[in-house]
Parts: sequence; C-alpha cells; structure tokens
Amino acid sequence: MTVLQIVALALVAVGAPAVVAARDPLRQAFVASFYGLLLGVLFFAFAAPDVALSSIVIGSVALPTIILLALAKIGDKDS
Amino acid sequence: MSPGEGPARRRDSEISLATRRRLFLVSGAVLAALMTWALAGMPAFGDYHGIYGLLLNRVAVPQEHATNVITAVNFDYRGFDTLGEEFILFAAVLGLALILRERRDEEEGPPDDDAVGRQVSGASVAVRLITVALVGPTVLLAGYIIAHGAITPGGGFQGGVIAATALLFVYLGGEYLALRRIRPLPLVEITKATGAAGFVLIGIAGLIWGVAFLDNWLPKGTPGDVFSAGTMQLLSVAVGFEITGGFVLILSEFLDQTIVLRRRRGVRSG
Repeated sequence: MTVLQIVALALVAVGAPAVVAARDPLRQAFVASFYGLLLGVLFFAFAAPDVALSSIVIGSVALPTIILLALAKIGDKDS
Repeated sequence: MSPGEGPARRRDSEISLATRRRLFLVSGAVLAALMTWALAGMPAFGDYHGIYGLLLNRVAVPQEHATNVITAVNFDYRGFDTLGEEFILFAAVLGLALILRERRDEEEGPPDDDAVGRQVSGASVAVRLITVALVGPTVLLAGYIIAHGAITPGGGFQGGVIAATALLFVYLGGEYLALRRIRPLPLVEITKATGAAGFVLIGIAGLIWGVAFLDNWLPKGTPGDVFSAGTMQLLSVAVGFEITGGFVLILSEFLDQTIVLRRRRGVRSG
C-alpha cells in the first residue's frame, strides 16, 4: 500500500464521522462537500480515476449545492 | 456538535447522554473488532479473479480501440445498461421539474437578491474575479472530458456535470438576472432531449447498418486518437448533452424556487 493510499484511507475515516458530527445542516453541507473530495482522492489513489471524477462532481458539487438551495428555500418559508 | 444542544436534546429523549455514549462505545468497539477481523481476512489489493474483467482489460484496446476500458464497458459492451441509467436520470429530472413547477398559489416575484428595500452586499470583487475567470476554463475542461471519454478517465457524465457547474459560477459571481440570460430554458430542455434521443438514435443507427442495437458500427480509428473507438465518442457526447441539460435544469428549478417563486398573498394552499 502506498503512502497516498494510507493517507487517503485515514482522511476518509476521519471525514465520515465529521459529516455526522456536524449537526447544523448548513455546516454539514460544506463538510459533506469536502468529504466528497476526500472520496475522490481515495478512489484516485486506488486506481479508479473514473469513479473519482464522478465522486467529485456529484459528492462535492451537485449534492451540496442542492442541499444549500433546499435549505435556503426552507429558511425562506420560516421567516 | 454544538454545546448548546445538549440539555434540549436530553429533555426530548428518555435515554440520557451518558447512557447513550456508553452504548455507542460498547457497540462501536464490537463493530470495530469485527471489521478489523473481516479486513484482515481480505485478499490483497489488486488480487482479482473476475474472468469478465480480466478479459475486457485484454480485448478492449485491440477490439474496440478504446484506451479507457471503463468507457468501453459503459458505452459499448454494456451500452444497453447505460441506456437504462440515462433514462433513470431523465425521469428523475422530469419528476423534479414537475414537483418544483410554479404552482397555482405561487407567483414569480422580483429576485430576492434585488428586492426593494433589501440591502444585499453583492459578491465581493475577489469572488467576482475568480468566478468569471473560472467560467471559461470550466466549460473547456467539460468539453475536454466529454470528448476524451474513450481515451482518458471521464466521459459524458462527468463532463456534463462539470459543464453545469459553469452555471453556478455565473450565479456566484454575477447575479440571478445574468444567470437567466445565459440559460434560455427551452434551449436547455432541447439539449437534454437531444442527448437522450441521440443515445437511442445512435443505437438504432446500428440496426440500419446491419449490426445489433448499440453495436459499435463506426470506423474505430487509431487507439488514443480523439476520433477513435467509433460510436463510443458519439455516445459520450450524447450523454454529455443530456447530463449538462439535466443538471442545468435541476439547478435552475432549485434556484427559481429559492429566489423568485413565493407564495401568493391571501391564497391558502390546501
């Protein structure tokens, strides 16, 4: 196992609980976005660049964006 | 976890925080031990015995002239599966557009960003500069990833989502109205439909050519060339169109909901 693989595994192991630990949905969206990026690094380190690209575009861009927009809409209704 | 949440949460639930933590520590330790045990017995990384995978790795380049075997699987050997996946997304976006449509009790107001009497400090110069500078390269990168689907990692799907993020940059750096100008929705819908239909038509063209549905009927060229791997590159472009259109539509629907659509005054929803 290369150093990059070990580092990527360790970061993902830390990142997943971090997403759960962030209780505020707004912060959680950002942590989840960063976690998607970490997953991308992990897939890249384990020789799956196609999956890495998918993980980055969906996990760290599309999903957090939709969560943010949904949060904005919900907050709008509350006020 | 924010410290202020503790007492309020304890009131809601019967189990105290300390009990909950103890329960987690015990079950967590057991799970960790089991996982370690399971991982210790796993075959080494790269120790792969799937006959189909090994075969494809060997034949993808000589047979289909595609240096990216993943794309060869997605758009050729398993093209029919991808057709299904493409229409899953198509149906999902349609459903989303239906749910987030402008309802009878809603009306389109001025964008929240520039409503009367609202003081919004627009994007800072730094944000504007960075986003404007990134729009061009993002579109270029998306085109590159879509066009090189059969050669290097990536393809229509990844490239399509990247292309749609260019839209986000315009929104972040500019304003909602600028966004509306660059995404004429009919065009977006046509792009999406063209992509979805294109995939099927390329498949049907194979039937006319005398081969099976979605078989690779185009000349395959030199492996590594942009114009190689036959129909795979065309399919990648078709998927790129569909995904770009689909994601622009998703983002637009959500942005419209958030920024311009609001409940009509005096009308109660059922």
